[in-house]
Amino acid sequence: MNLKENTPLERLYNGIIKENPTVILMLGMCPTLAVTTSAVNGLGMGLSTLVVLALSNLLISMLRNVIPDRVRMPAFIVVVASFVTMVQFLVQGFVPTLYDALGVYIPLIVVNCIILGRAESYASKNAPIPSLFDGIGMGLGFTIALTILGSIREILGAGQIFGFQLLPLAEDGKMGYTPITIFGLAPGAFFVLGVLVAIMNVVRKKAEEKGKPLPAAQGCLAGDCMSCGFSSACTGKSAAPAPAVTEEKKEEVKEND
Amino acid sequence: MTNLFLILVASSVVNNVVLSQFLGICPFLGVSKRVETAAGMGGAVIFVITISSFVTGLIYKFILLPLNFEYLQTIVFILVIAALVQFVEMFLKKNVQSLYQSLGVYLPLITTNCAVLGVALKNVTNGYNLLEGVIYGFGTAVGFTIAIVIMAGIREKLEYNDIPEAFKGSASVLVTAGLMAIAFFGFSGVISL
Repeated sequence: MNLKENTPLERLYNGIIKENPTVILMLGMCPTLAVTTSAVNGLGMGLSTLVVLALSNLLISMLRNVIPDRVRMPAFIVVVASFVTMVQFLVQGFVPTLYDALGVYIPLIVVNCIILGRAESYASKNAPIPSLFDGIGMGLGFTIALTILGSIREILGAGQIFGFQLLPLAEDGKMGYTPITIFGLAPGAFFVLGVLVAIMNVVRKKAEEKGKPLPAAQGCLAGDCMSCGFSSACTGKSAAPAPAVTEEKKEEVKEND
Repeated sequence: MTNLFLILVASSVVNNVVLSQFLGICPFLGVSKRVETAAGMGGAVIFVITISSFVTGLIYKFILLPLNFEYLQTIVFILVIAALVQFVEMFLKKNVQSLYQSLGVYLPLITTNCAVLGVALKNVTNGYNLLEGVIYGFGTAVGFTIAIVIMAGIREKLEYNDIPEAFKGSASVLVTAGLMAIAFFGFSGVISL
């Protein structure tokens, strides 16, 4: 697909397929693991993040020439945290069941790498409209990925999807599906994500052999906690020193081998 | 006293922060290649979470509550934590060189750790007082350290095993974390909180 750069449609395609934040970039792993116990929870978390991401991208892009470069990170955090607080109250007011299910993970959207990552790498450098669509695209990509992961866990863990009994359960000696309860619990999250990463490893390798490499994973799975720029956030330093240390450590490991 | 002990046990092993609440996944996957680095990270997290749960507890009790500004907690806590981490780093660098040498490199990584903000927010939702909050924070951080050190130990051994190509790297770490989470279910009968 060849789309013109920075048009709304290209941004949506980029966020949903090309640089999908969960599947390709591997960002925002905390909420991905925590709230995908069911399809509804995944969808709810995805949409909450979508709203915060789109609005914060829009506002940060509008303010990009006003915010001094030195204090941009704290400024971004204040913007993001304000929108998160608003979304938190909206969810609490209108969808209380979802609010109870997601709990502390709604305010924790603030520390989701996707949001500050997009603010830093896209919204602070581009015009408001493409930034808004970049946020919507990334948010939709996140929502779709979380809903699919949630559906997989709900089907395996309870035989249901969106609360609807998809597979008839085995009861009273009838033939049917026996739910694998563990997939609805904490370990299931790790297993499902582990398999997803393994599949992506294969896909990545295939894409490289074809000469069309996928964008690299950026988040914690790349072993690089600095990449979302959050830590330079507040320390005001560039993100450079700490990765240098980890590289030294890697060399150390190699020497020991 | 028993109450405090229960909070400590519950937060460190029963509701382990990484394996059952999925907070602090980033350093858990990223900094768990070697036991020494994992232990260093764990030490820094204990240090920062204990201090930050004390400071955020103070701010909530004496500033936000009297002024009816509870709804600002997310914004205030994240800024306080960010400033606090930087302050702790500067203080250690200037005054406690030995501690800075062992924890310093991990401190900037900690702001990314959602466990720090998570603990501050949970102290409020659980209605803990200042002392209970600090104990909860300390216990959570100890739980994080237990999980990351065990994971680093397993990863060091895992390096010499023959893993399928697709599962090399973080995929095998995630599956290992899943198995560890099953093992930690064994604690769930101990205390219900």
